[in-house]
Amino acid sequence: MESQSQVLERLRTAFESRVTIPEKFRRTQLTNLMSMIKDNEEQIVNALHKDLTKPKFEAILSEVEIVMNELHCALSNLTSWMQPEYVSKNLATKLDECFVRREPLGVVLIIGPWNYPMQLLIVPLIGAIAAGNCVVIKPSEVSAATDNLITELIPKYLSKDCYAVVRGGAKETQALLKNRFDHIFYTGSQAVARVVLQAAAVHLTPVTLELGGKCPCLIYGRVNATAAAHRLVWSKFFNAGQSCVAPDYVLCSKATCDALVPALRQVLEDFYGSDIQKSPDMSRIVTPKHWTRLMGLLNRTKGKVVVGGEHDEKDRYIAPTVVVDVAEDDALMEEEIFGPILPILTIESLEESIKLTKTKEKPLAFYVFSDESSVVKKVLENSSSGGFCSNDGIVHMALPGLPFGGVGNSGFGHYHGHWGFEAFSHQRAVMLRGWALEKLNALRYPPYSDEKLSWHSYLT
Amino acid sequence: MSREQQAVARARKAFETGRSKSVEYRINQLKNLQRLFSERQKEIAAAIKKDLNKTEVGAQFYETLGLEGEISLFIKNLKEWAAPRHVKKNLLTMSDTVYIHPEPLGVVLVIGAWNYPWAVTIRPLIGAIAAGNAAVVKPSEVCVHTSKVMEDLLPIYIDKELYPVVTGGVPETQELLRQKFDHIFYTGNSTVGKVIMEAAAKHLTPVTLELGGKSPCYIDKNCDISIACRRVTWGKYSNCGQTCIAPDYILCEPSIQNRVIEEVKKCIKEFYTDNPKTCPDYGRIINQRHFKRVMAMLEDSNIAVGGENDESDCYIAPTVLRDVKPEAKVMQEEIFGPLLPILPVSSLDEAIKLINKGEKPLALYVFSPDNKVIERMRDETSSGGFLANDCLVHYSVSALPFGGVGNSGIGCYHGKFSFDRLSHLRGCLVKKLKMEGVNDMRYPPHTLKKLGWARFFILNTVDVGWVGRMALLAALVMVAAVVIQVI
Repeated sequence: MESQSQVLERLRTAFESRVTIPEKFRRTQLTNLMSMIKDNEEQIVNALHKDLTKPKFEAILSEVEIVMNELHCALSNLTSWMQPEYVSKNLATKLDECFVRREPLGVVLIIGPWNYPMQLLIVPLIGAIAAGNCVVIKPSEVSAATDNLITELIPKYLSKDCYAVVRGGAKETQALLKNRFDHIFYTGSQAVARVVLQAAAVHLTPVTLELGGKCPCLIYGRVNATAAAHRLVWSKFFNAGQSCVAPDYVLCSKATCDALVPALRQVLEDFYGSDIQKSPDMSRIVTPKHWTRLMGLLNRTKGKVVVGGEHDEKDRYIAPTVVVDVAEDDALMEEEIFGPILPILTIESLEESIKLTKTKEKPLAFYVFSDESSVVKKVLENSSSGGFCSNDGIVHMALPGLPFGGVGNSGFGHYHGHWGFEAFSHQRAVMLRGWALEKLNALRYPPYSDEKLSWHSYLT
Repeated sequence: MSREQQAVARARKAFETGRSKSVEYRINQLKNLQRLFSERQKEIAAAIKKDLNKTEVGAQFYETLGLEGEISLFIKNLKEWAAPRHVKKNLLTMSDTVYIHPEPLGVVLVIGAWNYPWAVTIRPLIGAIAAGNAAVVKPSEVCVHTSKVMEDLLPIYIDKELYPVVTGGVPETQELLRQKFDHIFYTGNSTVGKVIMEAAAKHLTPVTLELGGKSPCYIDKNCDISIACRRVTWGKYSNCGQTCIAPDYILCEPSIQNRVIEEVKKCIKEFYTDNPKTCPDYGRIINQRHFKRVMAMLEDSNIAVGGENDESDCYIAPTVLRDVKPEAKVMQEEIFGPLLPILPVSSLDEAIKLINKGEKPLALYVFSPDNKVIERMRDETSSGGFLANDCLVHYSVSALPFGGVGNSGIGCYHGKFSFDRLSHLRGCLVKKLKMEGVNDMRYPPHTLKKLGWARFFILNTVDVGWVGRMALLAALVMVAAVVIQVI
């Protein structure tokens, strides 16, 4: 078994041999990655079901198709992404060639989480490969079946010299972080993010952090409660609420709450039937430890459970649960919930709601449901978050044209589509000057004079 | 509350009033900054003369001219840069609005350096102001007179609550670093860069680090050595070598070493006279500590030109060292002074190998008439920026990103890059609560049929004009109607 340092040395040697530079190589690797997903779709779906009891539909949509989409995007655009980007010049440099060249960073590290263990590991990988880097891939050990599958498949499809999977828990990850990387891409929690950043500081390694936060969902003004309920239920309880961009909590007036709750109840029945635990379309909580954490929140809440509340420890099951009369200092408002519990806080005015969200850390996503565009505009302009979506949830992250990332405590840096390619590239400024016009240069040489200075300001 | 805490708290409060949100407000602040430079040139120049022995023309040329150009560029383009940027949609979001909304980050900390104090402290500040942030400005305490001028003048011209100047040394900087910022922009050396990054880690604060390194300069024996040496001499000895992108050392074949030395010597005389010490256009080392540091590097190398020095005046003559070995003292760290070592190498291969042994520098220079040589050098090395056949001037092209890689830094700026770097580019999807039927295919209970449709609709991006969009929308509505019946 190779040690971590042996793996790194191998990858660094491969990078220095410049094998990842030609477009052809990167295309081949990306095409192989596509085959890996296509050939093994069933195994992927099974592994995800083992880890999270993920319904096949969710697995295909959020773990297979979204990855395929990114691969298509990269393969279609790789040539243009790799082209030098010519820039505008000033008069003094008109005869020179000035462009920006995207170059690989070197050996990069991608650390994946357990909630979308394929998507959140492979989509960054696509960007890293497209940008010409060698990659150390560290899947989450928490989603064990997917970890096993990735470890088995990656060396079968991708160049073993350039891409390696390193496994393990906290101890192995800490050891891995002591090494020098040219970029670290981390998806996960804030606590671990601090550790990653501290390790990166030792080597001045740039980092991308995709974290989370409590994504608020404001519902104000004229609202079609049924449509809103459909989209809210879908985005909240997808993957049993274990999404970094799931709407965490709802803020609305009492009247809206009264209209919303029965709508939520109805939609839940439409989606999952009357015995939700029996529905094949509802996921489970990833581990007993996480189940216990969520049940702890539910037990400590001072709000009223109006929908759901059922649970089964052996099955790691928690029913989609709605809690009303939740106060600002409730247990459910302490940390990111990351589970199928939806607190509703009753706040009469939109302004007060916005004020409340401002007391919290900036989340990864911000949602507002309203038929009134003035309400949507007000929320957009008076909030800060990684991304923003009105009248729906989660789907904004499926658009490769939008940069996907956080701000403040929800992270920094972004990716998806072209942004992923940029995240793993160095934008090198290149200027090629000629030998002529040395007389023009004389304006800048000492002895300095006011006259030379005015010519110079004109030319630049 | 400490003085630093107060400044940061006030800046945050001022930011939260929302007054820096409007583009008009930001442009006004930038216009005020412009006035500072046109009205206070004399005070700025006098302070720079005391700190770095630059002439008034030198100060304008190297410091404020670039800033004035940058401010004009921003005033011209800010409205466009700050506007929503529309992006491609997929079939299912055809009737929605999808765009990137540039937003301020909050309170930015700008830590300046001492070598071009105005350029490297104010240029990031321009980006911070333009992006709508509040900014705490911490000038370098090493350039004593300039930092006093900044402390006195900035509050007169720009919003003193939003953009406070906090002066001080290490303890004051450490106190600042304990506070929470939304971005820290640091220009300086990599040792302090690591300290900054570690402090930023506690608050998950993103950083931009403009550091340095040993910027190599390869001179091909077939080039016009006279022109090459003129450009190198200018690049090296401006500001007495205290430039983060100065050509640090020369690599060339032994056969041209003597010629290079002759030419550089000629140019030194032409630019700085026979006695650079009395020439007003030649600078000084910033302080005695750095004087000693640079002088110590001379120990184990041969001086071909210069070497004269005067500690009381922090004067070191423009100096060239010959036959320098990679193990020499002068090759162990960034020189940041007027010593130009020449390392003879037998070939381009050897030069590239030597360069790659070191850390990635902020700039890399190659002088050659042969494009193949230039391309090889560019392709087989990595650096912040790359410039063929000249030194320093890539800095002046605002459309080029200026920044390092590896040990030479993280992030880049100048022009629009500054604006984007100090903004949050927020991805926005604005939908309506209509067309609910189309959403149906993603809702449980899940069927294989729904999955097939979802695969088609959700995951294909489309890029058509308005007419195409309307046609597609009509088609979509019809298809959706059919699909709803079928599911």
